[in-house]
Amino acid sequence: MRTDALRCRPCGLALIAALLLAALGCAGASAKEESAEQPKEGADWQSWHVNNDVADLASVQRGARNFVSHCLGCHSLKYERWSRLGADLRIPPSLLQQQLLPPGDKANDYIQTSMPAADAANWFGKTPPDLSLMVRSRGADYVYQMLKTFYVDPTRQTGANNLRLPLIAMPDVLSPLAGLKRAVFRDETNAAGGHEQVFDHFEPLAPGSMSAAEYDGFVRDTVNFLDYVSEPTQTARRALGVWVVLFLLAFTWLAWLVKREYWKDVN
Amino acid sequence: MAVKTATGAPAPLPGGSAPAKNGFRAWLNKRLPVDEFISSQVTGYYAPKNFNIWYFFGSLAGVVLVLQLVTGIFLTMFYKPGEATSFDSVEFIMREVDYGWLIRYLHSTGASAFFIVVYLHMFRAFLYGSYKAPRELLWLVGMAVYLALMAEAFMGYVLPWGNMSFWGAQVIVNLFGTIPGIGPGLVEWIRGDYGIADATLNRFFSLHVAALPLALLLLVLLHLVALRQTGSNNPDGIEIKDKLGADGKPLDGIPFHPYYTVKDVVGIGVFFVLFAIVVFFVPTLGGLFLESPNFDPANPMSTPEHIAPVWYFTPYYAILRAVPDQRLGALLMLLAVVSFLFVPWLDRSPVRSMRYRGWMSRTALTLFAIAFVALGYLGLQPAEGLYVLLARIFAVIYFAFFWLMPVYTKLDPVKPVPERVVYHAH
Repeated sequence: MRTDALRCRPCGLALIAALLLAALGCAGASAKEESAEQPKEGADWQSWHVNNDVADLASVQRGARNFVSHCLGCHSLKYERWSRLGADLRIPPSLLQQQLLPPGDKANDYIQTSMPAADAANWFGKTPPDLSLMVRSRGADYVYQMLKTFYVDPTRQTGANNLRLPLIAMPDVLSPLAGLKRAVFRDETNAAGGHEQVFDHFEPLAPGSMSAAEYDGFVRDTVNFLDYVSEPTQTARRALGVWVVLFLLAFTWLAWLVKREYWKDVN
Repeated sequence: MAVKTATGAPAPLPGGSAPAKNGFRAWLNKRLPVDEFISSQVTGYYAPKNFNIWYFFGSLAGVVLVLQLVTGIFLTMFYKPGEATSFDSVEFIMREVDYGWLIRYLHSTGASAFFIVVYLHMFRAFLYGSYKAPRELLWLVGMAVYLALMAEAFMGYVLPWGNMSFWGAQVIVNLFGTIPGIGPGLVEWIRGDYGIADATLNRFFSLHVAALPLALLLLVLLHLVALRQTGSNNPDGIEIKDKLGADGKPLDGIPFHPYYTVKDVVGIGVFFVLFAIVVFFVPTLGGLFLESPNFDPANPMSTPEHIAPVWYFTPYYAILRAVPDQRLGALLMLLAVVSFLFVPWLDRSPVRSMRYRGWMSRTALTLFAIAFVALGYLGLQPAEGLYVLLARIFAVIYFAFFWLMPVYTKLDPVKPVPERVVYHAH
């Protein structure tokens, strides 16, 4: 009997736990169903964080590939040399030459776009900015949100607008990957009593070649790469910092021992 | 290093009375008063034995000054002043000069660290009445160091030629334009152009690397000479010179070396641990030490969203913006800085140290410290709504601290001051 009881108690507990879990699961599912009635895609775009990690070398490498395939046509990284990029990202010179270097560029050249600045200014109304320091001046989240909040806007010359950077001059060049989406605005009365168009949510218009998750990864890698470019020494900086701080702690401890010894005769 | 005298007995260490009679040391001392200097200024300089943590910041300011001079010399080797070259050369230092990033971060973090230690050093003076007679000139020279440091930091901030460098310079230099009559002409004379431009950048470079460092060094030297003349104050605010032992040395004094040299090294160690954490892990300190808009090159066509100087100027900047009239605002800003100069004569308390002052002085100093930090915070925020109101309230507290000082320090119920310093052996 005793052994039965012992054996049964865990059984009972497990059963109760399972029931509780099931109940919770149902509640969760019904909550999901409720929110599914009103899909607010992108409504929280201002709180999107990229949370990138520059020490993730594979991600930075993918970002470099993304940059060369999709950004370099218009944007330069004028403070970074190809050779530096190759060395920091551990890309062998032969691979750098084959896969990344534009024809005619040398490894020691700075990363320049082949688009002439004067033409670019004519075509887009302004020269596409150099992106070497974009992450340092605006922040990684800014670039991340910008690349994910393009929407179709027929009133714009480029046919595209952006939530992070309204009236953006840049066309939605990543739409073949991300797909096209429309922004739905709602009318709100502001404090002054006037009407205001406030972004509500996105509505997909046409799918791109990537799923939402794939595109998100694409953007994260690209932002991660731009973060690296904005301060190529940052990984080395942190690595060296650990040793410097450890040395200083040891030094300070020794200095304190010396001080204590000397001050013994101060009464 | 046992120096033998003619009789074979070891010569007394510096600080003793008998100088070496022959050998290189004697030869040297005949021509240069090395031993005399060491014994009078280091080993024979008696400092109160009851210094507490507040007394680290003077030597720390000296260490940071040296750090800024040395890193500045190396930066100057690669920095190229000029509208077309400044920004690029800073990025060149950050990316292509070996350890250039380290030198630049040491210098940029050093600028903020300089103000942190100087503000704490000044607070110490308020805490223990270190500006009171006979140390008025020590205080005034110290304030001159502070003013030179502000000019040095402002001009240094313009040199990277980022967008905040440009617009910050625009705002600050334009303040001179509020001077009646000569204002506009003066602004043009300072800039050397009709706007902040190449000429401005180059003269700021010249002042930043030559004129102001020289002035700073000279003033710091004067500060030390004045300190040696009066001797250090201490947390009890009493003169150790008044109680001498049989040997003529202050009973509550200990030789600066070795006691305070070994102690200051500990303070320097702790300081550099914190300093290194910033330099290596958070060099921009979230935009506080290096502002994000300064990673965009200077652009006269694009104003940053909020123009704010670096944190160490923001208490004054908040006062400037708290006043609707620009001329009056600039005047109050000037007064906010200049008020410090009058403190030795505004303070009428019979005692120096806060330890023996009453609740009035203590409350006033606490409120002032809160107001100073709060104004510093408000100066970083946009000047709108509640922020402006708060800035006005704290500005009133700020000025009340100085200009009501003759009243509250006189009425303040003080406690009896002990004969000897309070010291607990460790």
